Amino acid sequence: MHARTDAPPETAASWPEDIFAILQRFDVRQVPYVPDAGHSQLIERVLGASSMRAVPLTTEEEGVALLAGAWAGGQRGVLLMQSSGVGNCVNMLSLTQIFRFPFLTLVTMRGEWGEFNPWQVPMGSSTAAVFELSGIKVLRASHAEEVREVVEAAAGQAYNACTPTAVLLSQRLIGAKVFTK
Amino acid sequence: MSQANLLERRSVVSRLLAERNDAIVVGGLGASTYDIAAAGDHDRNFYLWGAMGGAVMIGLGMALAQPKLPVVVITGDGEMLMGMGSLATVGLQKPANLTIVVLDNEVYGETGGQASHTASTVDLVGVARSCGIQDARAIATMADIGTFASSMQDVSSGPRFASIKIDSANLERVLSSRDGQFTVTRIRGALGFGPI
Repeated sequence: MHARTDAPPETAASWPEDIFAILQRFDVRQVPYVPDAGHSQLIERVLGASSMRAVPLTTEEEGVALLAGAWAGGQRGVLLMQSSGVGNCVNMLSLTQIFRFPFLTLVTMRGEWGEFNPWQVPMGSSTAAVFELSGIKVLRASHAEEVREVVEAAAGQAYNACTPTAVLLSQRLIGAKVFTK
Repeated sequence: MSQANLLERRSVVSRLLAERNDAIVVGGLGASTYDIAAAGDHDRNFYLWGAMGGAVMIGLGMALAQPKLPVVVITGDGEMLMGMGSLATVGLQKPANLTIVVLDNEVYGETGGQASHTASTVDLVGVARSCGIQDARAIATMADIGTFASSMQDVSSGPRFASIKIDSANLERVLSSRDGQFTVTRIRGALGFGPI
């Protein structure tokens, strides 16, 4: 069983919808992702949106390069991944400085807040620092009611100021993954 | 050292790009970028000097953003091997305007000529085909290069993949701009997009 713990219905439904609305408003067109349970609702919305191209990846670094190409071709994008994928991106994150393109990524956090799986903890613990060392601004949302303003601020500075930005969506927000037999 | 039965990389790239028209061309880091520069600087050239393994994905992002323009990625076997998963991603997206060309000399020429996996085991054409890129072929003659160059202009029949075995001679470097912001701003300008 790989479902997340049940969150209250109103929080489960609202914040991914808030993110989707912001992405639409900022005219985001390409959405590369490596799936994560915490992003599943948003991924479903993207797959159903005619204005957006969902691009499933084999590894997260592909998404960084894809967004650089999208920008050169005149489109904005956002990379969806979980914290373990951030480590897969490190060299490719150079592109955010080399091209100074509007890089935005939304990262669902693992390895914190009630984590069951110790294998998630090392990368989850260094996610923010890896981004900061790579010249990426880090914002965090830990409660459903703050997701909208945090993602809006991130999208604003990424797309308007070409300031590469990562939003960490806390495991506290998403709910720790439950492992049952 | 030049090998008689293999194609010469600069001639191949020069022929591929001789009638490029509006095509956007992405060059993988190292010799592929020098080959593209040697064929002539162009405001739609996307020169890479790093980001090894990213050339195909940069091409995919461009191809999805500009579906009416031919997008051609020219890269080496080492760079392609590092981003082999991107062939699976392309195979899923099936961008009809994307062409991927691997100049395969079976060595890491930029770092001293160490053998790459294609020298003994890996068949990149087979990899591309099994990733869902149906038009995947090996090209061995300049006549076939010319035919393939024409097909790159067709933005409705891709994605296509070609592996071209080239001789491993290290040629004099032809240095393109290595300023990424300049390169991207120039391409965006050519496509009608201004600075922020």
